[in-house]
Amino acid sequence: MDIEAIVKNIVLTMQEYSLFAQRAVMNLFRPPRYWTDFLIQCNVIGVGSIAIVLLSGFFTGGVLALQSAATLSEFGASSVTGRFVSLTMIRELGPVLTGIMVAGRNASSMASELGSMVVTEQIDAMRALGVDPMRKLVTPRLFACISMLFFLTILADAFGIAGGGFVTVVMNHQNGTQYFSMAWEHLRYADIIQGLVKPLFSGYIIASVGCFFGMRTTGGTEGVGRSTIDAVVFSSVLIIFADFLLTQVLLTLFPPI
Amino acid sequence: MSETPASAQPDPQHAGQASILEADLAPVVEFRNVSIGFGGPPVLQDISFTVAPGETRILLGPAGVGKSVLLKLINGLLRPDHGSIQLFGKELTTMSEQQLFPLRIRTGMVFQEGALFDSLSVRDNVAYQLIQELVPDDEIDRRVHEALAFVELDNTFSLFPDSLSGGMRRRVAIARALISHPELILYDSPTGGLDPITSTTIIELIVKQRDVYHSPSMLVTHRLQDAFALSTHTYSVEHNCMLPYPNGETDPKTTFLMLEEGRLIFDGSLHELIHSENKFVQEFLL
Repeated sequence: MDIEAIVKNIVLTMQEYSLFAQRAVMNLFRPPRYWTDFLIQCNVIGVGSIAIVLLSGFFTGGVLALQSAATLSEFGASSVTGRFVSLTMIRELGPVLTGIMVAGRNASSMASELGSMVVTEQIDAMRALGVDPMRKLVTPRLFACISMLFFLTILADAFGIAGGGFVTVVMNHQNGTQYFSMAWEHLRYADIIQGLVKPLFSGYIIASVGCFFGMRTTGGTEGVGRSTIDAVVFSSVLIIFADFLLTQVLLTLFPPI
Repeated sequence: MSETPASAQPDPQHAGQASILEADLAPVVEFRNVSIGFGGPPVLQDISFTVAPGETRILLGPAGVGKSVLLKLINGLLRPDHGSIQLFGKELTTMSEQQLFPLRIRTGMVFQEGALFDSLSVRDNVAYQLIQELVPDDEIDRRVHEALAFVELDNTFSLFPDSLSGGMRRRVAIARALISHPELILYDSPTGGLDPITSTTIIELIVKQRDVYHSPSMLVTHRLQDAFALSTHTYSVEHNCMLPYPNGETDPKTTFLMLEEGRLIFDGSLHELIHSENKFVQEFLL
């Protein structure tokens, strides 16, 4: 394939993705709406991801406490470990890690599920039966993913701070009250807003990318595998890229004191 | 100012009857110079044909010639590059996806491998369209039992597709396509990959549907024995099975189309097919 064809293919894919993602959102404002499918997806994405999100949050908070305590103690500032862990978890690591963990679990499952439906003509069967697969399959997944990622991020933040507290008290033998009061006292609303805006975008990216690659699957079972890989890779990279852009914007809106 | 004589005035009653008759005789499906390709050479070129009310059209051709593509063009699952497609008198090529859904509901389609939703039970598969239309559960159960009884699979009501054999899956797919009494039925290789006995069962169901409900249909196949059986047999309600027409007669409303390399090379009755002088047709029949 020559360079022109590659560039054309990339531009075409981006155009298709934009139209796809836009249609998925707009469907919410026109009937029919599939609320049962939305609740099922909330269960699959939200409840199903709780374990991995809690565990990854807890251990990330623990690692942060371990690493930072060693460095901070050199400056005699090990007492600010709680502040460091809570700010890092809430503003950055909580949203990004949760996004990536959920992308690994759910973008792949959306791509493989929808991809299998495409290659076995179930999507065509749905269209032939007068049901719009975008409304029935994509829109409920999109809004379920956005809303669930918001709550999962809050859980990841809380368990990250708890993990940091556990390491601080049990392994570093520091004062727990000091850790938690430092974690709490230096938090500003701006930090919380920063941390809770990001998962909305990550949720949108995970579901739209996962469904997009699933719905354009070709090439049988091998194609399903390709779509799954593409969905995880692109959604993870896009989450980090979106996080970078959002951080820039949010730091401009809420400058650090 | 001249006056129109009373005798020349159109009789509104007769005009109404004429338009009803016209609507009755209007083709259910009409293709005019339809072509489609997928980035490479055209898959179908300059295809023109019609499906009349009550007619069963059998589309023959070797594998990979574009038969399934043609079937998917009929209910707008694919869009042509050129030409005009009319379904129930409405031009499909200018319609949006949303505008196509009401037309698709009026057609039933049986896919090549059944295309059953594997996460749903047989009941929910067959009732899929009714569930979307929020039909009450009692009514759904009654109609699903009726549709499953038609394909003689009433005992599969609460099973899941993965516990059914290939032939049973096709029969459930037929039940799903027929449950809403569609005005047109599209069969995509309904007997492909099945053993001869199961194939005969499926063909018998299609003959039963044709002769009991008289719905127009289009059937894609590359199996000549199935195509011929459809033309040479009729369904006997009395015997509850299909029987051959006497004296070698054929069903007058079952006609054939044949594709070769994306072009329609034959359109006619079984008699005309057998006596065709087209070389490809002759080779295909051998």
